[in-house]
Amino acid sequence: MAHVQTSSGGPAGLTGPSARDPRRGHFGPFGGQFVPETLMPALGELETAYEETARDPSFQAELDGYLKDYVGRATPLTRADRLSEALGGPRIYLKREDLNHTGAHKINNTLGQALLARRMGKKRVIAETGAGQHGVAAATAAALFGLECTVFMGEEDVARQRLNVFRMRLLGAEVVPVASGSRTLKDATNEAIRHWVTHVEDTYYIIGSVVGPHPYPQMVRDFQAVIGREARQQLLEMEGRLPDLVVACVGGGSNAMGIFHAFREDRDVRLMGVEAAGEGLDTGRHAATLTRGAPGVLHGAFSYLLQDEDGQVLPAHSVSAGLDYPGVGPEHAYLRDTGRADYASVTDAEALEAFQRLARLEGIIPALESAHAVAQVVKEAPRLRQDQIILVSLSGRGDKDVEQVARLLEVTGQ
Amino acid sequence: MRPNRLDETLDRLTRRGEKGLIAYLTAGDPNPETSLALFQALAEGGADVLEMGLPFSDPLADGPVNQQAALRALQAGTGVDTVFRLARSLHESCDTPLALLTYVNPVLRRGPRRFLAEAAESGIDALVIPDLPAEEADLGLGGASLAEEAKRAGVHLVPFAAPTTTDERLSRLREASGGFVYCVSLTGVTGVRRDLPPGLSSLVARVKAHTDLPVAVGFGISTPEQAAQVAAAADAVIVGSALVGEVEAAVQAGRIPELPGRLRKIAADLKQAIATGQRIGSKS
Repeated sequence: MAHVQTSSGGPAGLTGPSARDPRRGHFGPFGGQFVPETLMPALGELETAYEETARDPSFQAELDGYLKDYVGRATPLTRADRLSEALGGPRIYLKREDLNHTGAHKINNTLGQALLARRMGKKRVIAETGAGQHGVAAATAAALFGLECTVFMGEEDVARQRLNVFRMRLLGAEVVPVASGSRTLKDATNEAIRHWVTHVEDTYYIIGSVVGPHPYPQMVRDFQAVIGREARQQLLEMEGRLPDLVVACVGGGSNAMGIFHAFREDRDVRLMGVEAAGEGLDTGRHAATLTRGAPGVLHGAFSYLLQDEDGQVLPAHSVSAGLDYPGVGPEHAYLRDTGRADYASVTDAEALEAFQRLARLEGIIPALESAHAVAQVVKEAPRLRQDQIILVSLSGRGDKDVEQVARLLEVTGQ
Repeated sequence: MRPNRLDETLDRLTRRGEKGLIAYLTAGDPNPETSLALFQALAEGGADVLEMGLPFSDPLADGPVNQQAALRALQAGTGVDTVFRLARSLHESCDTPLALLTYVNPVLRRGPRRFLAEAAESGIDALVIPDLPAEEADLGLGGASLAEEAKRAGVHLVPFAAPTTTDERLSRLREASGGFVYCVSLTGVTGVRRDLPPGLSSLVARVKAHTDLPVAVGFGISTPEQAAQVAAAADAVIVGSALVGEVEAAVQAGRIPELPGRLRKIAADLKQAIATGQRIGSKS
């Protein structure tokens, strides 16, 4: 039985190195540092710097200040009464990460890492991005702190997400299209790692999810843990009790880890991650890594992975670019295998349906990623009593997806 | 334990005071049949060790030339079994020792024990795994120790050293079982560079202070001149992207039949330059 670490951090509650496993940087068997030798010293340096900040109240205070006055935290917790009523089930609360500056939870992490980069004396940051949300959040943090910023983005995504490319450039970032492999997020991440290997002396790599080599999965989780910390407190104030179920979408898994983390020791709270089933789990065109993948190494960590029998990484598919990734954070692999969290999957069609449903019933257009979490709520709600509570991570807003959804609905004649 | 051809070759070079040429190509590039002939040509040209790259979908330590090679090989249907078959054919057709470069995931997918057993059966003397630092080889992989399994199979796990490696990390080189140390010449990915990185000889000296194993230097070494300079400091020179680039050029120009001859000549020129550079080095 895994024992779970206790929180020991500063004002923002960063928890520091994982105590759950005697092996540094691992979650059970998962995690680790599977990177070229050249990067090992840089990861050590990053780990040391991060541990210092986790113990340093002034760093926490500075970050909290930016989260409040720049990002607009705390984000509201919205009770979705019309959705509850329509589903005939439990009370549903939406944690409104869509109301953050830049429109998603990504900024929580990029501000933390950019502050850390500045503290480490780095003048230059790089980032990978899929749909562009993390790229925009990284470019935003870089602009705020006067850091030079380069974002790697697959050619395919550059073409699909022209608006976000323009936003990043407006924010002063250089966007580098990546032509290798499948020309999407996986390859953008490869290229960012290659660039980092080459410029490791003066460059800080801001990873956008709870993936990558240690200490990234832990650090990104800690920066995102503000989501769950706030939601837990807000729910206690509004309902006087904890939720029965917490639901969040999982690509790499940062918003999910962010909201799960505060509830990890609340054994009566069921945690549920939702992966993208794409066109269907049996079509081979999906991104349901924990549901259909097998253990393996991608981007520096041992976790679950979509791969063939030779260990070649398979391309993922999802209508949602933010979930379109063949890997998943190692802590999710651990939560899955220990049974602390359950993982379900939702198809493109189900997500599109939930996207429209939330817009009509609550006046909130969710990101397609977050629509996967809402779609799972649609499935779960009828199984719960009316006095039970579901907490949903609404990780981002759907403005970025409106054009794509319009096209998709035209095609399907809806 | 079976005799390890790599150790025999490295010992022989050391005894003769000779420097070695380690020649790299992606296995199965541009297709498995041609690939066999290309490795044989490199051996005939004078390569002391053949390093075969197992093509992988996400080669994050490789530059564009090796990325394209992996893609060509995969598209030509090169799987893990194909690579082992190629290795076996090579092992049977020439005496040159074989090193296999693979990213860690194909090893994990097959299971470290099975992968190593098949590698050993195929005549592979050493594994070069660029994304497996010593810490993970000992303890990672969900409980399996690749280092232990390799020892049992009689296959060397080649340790890496890079310009950024601290002395503390270099001290772990003493734990290596045999073979050679792969010294990465620069902070970066594989690929042809116009100039050699500065400070290369002091890097090699720093590595040598921590190990008695031969030190082989790779990354960014393409021309005979560069190989000669590196040989003055190192025990062996690893040339990869420059050779892979020849394959790419031949594929694009439709001149694959001429490729074995060309690679044989390039290997001979490199080997010759290494011998010359060594003489220059011993004078200085």
